[in-house]
Amino acid sequence: MSAPALNRRGFIAASLVAGGTLAFDAHFALAEAPGAAAINAFIRIGADNTVTIGAKNPEIGQGIRTMLPMLIAEELDVSWDQVVIEQTLANEKIYGRQTAGGSTATPVNWLPLRQVGAAARAVILSAAAKVWGVEPASLTTQAGVVIHAASGRRAPYAAFAREAATLPAPDLDKVALKSPAAFTIIGQSKPGVDTPKIVTGKPLFGIDVDLPGMLHAALIKAPCHGATLASHDASAVLATKGVVAVVPINSGFVAKDKFDALAVVGPSWWSVKNAREHVKAVWDDTAQKAFSTAGYAKAAAEAVQGPAPVELFKAGDVEGALKGATKTITADYSYPFLAHGTLEPQNCTALWQEGKLEIWAPSQNPGAGRTETAAMLGISPDDLTIHMTRIGGGFGRRLMNDYMVMVAQVARGVPGRPVKLLFDRTDDLRNDYYRPAGWHRFTAGLDAQGALVAFKDHFVSFGKDGKPIRAAEMSGYEFPAPVVPHVHLGATFLPTNLATGWLRAPTSNAMGFVFQCFLDEVAEAAGLDLPELMRRTLGAPRELPAEKGRPQLHTGRARGVIDAVCRMAHWQGGALPPGPQGEKRGRGFGFYFSHRGYFAEVVEITFTDATTVRVDKVWAAGDIGSQIINPINARHQVQGAVIEGIGQAIAGLKIEQVDGVITAENFQDFPLLRIDAAPREIAVEFLKTDFPPTGLGEPSLPPVIPALANAIRAASGVRHRSLPLVWA
Amino acid sequence: MTKPYQLVVNAKPVTVSAPGDKPLLWVLREELHMPGTKFGCGAGLCGACTVLLNGQAVRSCQTPVSAAAGHRITTIEGAKALPQGNRIVAAWQEIDVPQCGYCQAGQILSATSLLLVNPHPSDAEIDSAMSGNICRCSTYLRIRRAIRKAAGLADVTEDAA
Repeated sequence: MSAPALNRRGFIAASLVAGGTLAFDAHFALAEAPGAAAINAFIRIGADNTVTIGAKNPEIGQGIRTMLPMLIAEELDVSWDQVVIEQTLANEKIYGRQTAGGSTATPVNWLPLRQVGAAARAVILSAAAKVWGVEPASLTTQAGVVIHAASGRRAPYAAFAREAATLPAPDLDKVALKSPAAFTIIGQSKPGVDTPKIVTGKPLFGIDVDLPGMLHAALIKAPCHGATLASHDASAVLATKGVVAVVPINSGFVAKDKFDALAVVGPSWWSVKNAREHVKAVWDDTAQKAFSTAGYAKAAAEAVQGPAPVELFKAGDVEGALKGATKTITADYSYPFLAHGTLEPQNCTALWQEGKLEIWAPSQNPGAGRTETAAMLGISPDDLTIHMTRIGGGFGRRLMNDYMVMVAQVARGVPGRPVKLLFDRTDDLRNDYYRPAGWHRFTAGLDAQGALVAFKDHFVSFGKDGKPIRAAEMSGYEFPAPVVPHVHLGATFLPTNLATGWLRAPTSNAMGFVFQCFLDEVAEAAGLDLPELMRRTLGAPRELPAEKGRPQLHTGRARGVIDAVCRMAHWQGGALPPGPQGEKRGRGFGFYFSHRGYFAEVVEITFTDATTVRVDKVWAAGDIGSQIINPINARHQVQGAVIEGIGQAIAGLKIEQVDGVITAENFQDFPLLRIDAAPREIAVEFLKTDFPPTGLGEPSLPPVIPALANAIRAASGVRHRSLPLVWA
Repeated sequence: MTKPYQLVVNAKPVTVSAPGDKPLLWVLREELHMPGTKFGCGAGLCGACTVLLNGQAVRSCQTPVSAAAGHRITTIEGAKALPQGNRIVAAWQEIDVPQCGYCQAGQILSATSLLLVNPHPSDAEIDSAMSGNICRCSTYLRIRRAIRKAAGLADVTEDAA
């Protein structure tokens, strides 16, 4: 497996800034990181020896504002107590990649940010050696203090600021890094740096931005995605003092010379939200009205009957192998569109002044937002100043920047006054970039020994001209395709008017369900349990092929987490004796590899009545490499992802469409899982393996969904093949 | 229709001018510039806007300012002034309950309200009292554990609650 590698163009520069503060600016150009041009970092050491570290990535609850500075602080060898975290602006020209997506922050930053800390420490040591007239090698450091053991001299880093600022920069590739045994911060649990502010209600989030003279905007969006504004009449509200403007805007989803929304602007959001009903809008939506959930299901059911027009992967002769198989298994699986339902509704604040835009954006991907917003306004990307706020839930929704693009147009309509655009919950559920629905027809063939020799999938999702739309793709290397001799994976892509996008563990959150549930059926046919089928199918430790540049599944690491979770749960198969009142009980297993991380999970359930499943306990074993950087946060990420996955399976989450329009209005129609349905216990273990540390936001989510569905099968004998799981 | 209303917010008397049907949530956020109370659904379904009215948890998005006038309102900014709120906030911080943090003001006030009426809740009572508050990041195990801690009940492991 390849981790992003650095080329040799890194440098660090030390300088003195106001108040005698020593500032380090570091720059790396990355050779191999996907989509990344560079990483920059800054450290400031104040005259009082306070260490300020810039946090450059968007914080969505994944703990990155805490975790990335830990890497720098460790090698700088300061005490965590003396560190102050400062959010940087979004400016990819200065800070490089600033994205919360794809669980990439750990693999991308693990080496360079430690090198930044180590290089800054090396400069300070050189300065101290010069000032004290001793050899640098005779000096040590501890908690931000330079120590000369031979003479007993000690002085804080800040004492050497003036000298350090005059020294040449060290070669980042040559600075020595600590051995993991010497870590004092990495591997120690550090609570979130914003927790004290969160629990006392301090303003942190995009929705909390409050500027002098600020206006508020409520959204009137075309009811069908892709529909455009034909005409509108706002005279009834423009006559009232609660509304100062009604601005036609373009969300970025329709042609640039059209509008697909109106913003109603005034001094109070509550007032402009209510004023919306008095604005008359006529939409051009004939083409969009043809799309519906029922229509998609019908088209998909027809498509899987025939051959797949798009080929994803082919090996051997699958039809011949199926004819010769001792046993064949066929099953149809499906899953719905999903919204993200971030609890903080989409919002953004902007100020248009003298041809430039200042914007406060709760975006997971502000760099793309800069490009899209500048293009929509017809200004230079350099004319945007982007502030990053804490984000009340990302889950991939805020990788899209429609709220930035829209508020920018509203701000230009009220020049000189800041304006905040806020979606209400219905706007948020109906104007998401949804996880696309999908359908699969699987067929597998077993030989006389019960080995999997043929595997076929006709996948149906959404796209155009034989190409999937955003997040609607399937890899041709989905396990077990690379290890089965006769394989055919094909696809049909249906048209839709809906905007689609990435939901936490995109594609994997669906593929984990369908592939691991179908393999559970295959295991049953082979007289095995799923962990044992997986062991036999994975085979000897090696890396399996993947798309060019994509992470490869290492079968040995997969085997490691499978064995670990079976040990943790004392796995003896899915059958369990009934509960004290005769309740049906059972266990299920699931494994998935995504975003460079390996997770195997076991779910134990009880049917409290014929149609109610209680998840009692989940065991999760993960392998994300040699080091868990912040153990408390790592556990929280896994436990949160596991409960989120349980919610996708059994809480009834789905997004449906009638006559082109999304039907969900509020949380009664998108019932996120609540505390009374959360398991009592989620046991988490990480295997430490000799691989570079990788990300954790996503890979623990996919396996829990099939594990739960497989547990329901084990408990009840009923195989559910469609999400959300329902009991008719 | 805009009228002056006298409120007692976190023990401090304040007067606001607002339409009587304006929800307390938006009076807090827009008139008093207290953004700790969060907007999540506007329909009383998610609990992000929970505040205490005379010690009882209410959804401020469903509480017109006219109905809140004259009553004692406690928001997240003032939760620590109550002994139960202080213990809840301390437990939340110690266990590091939040992930994104957006729902936590509402969670903390629902939990404070629970301990005000039931100082030693059972596991089922905790789940029942907290089931009106959605946490999209699913910090539920730690919410249970923090309430147990604040109530002085036996601690559980970090895997359980």
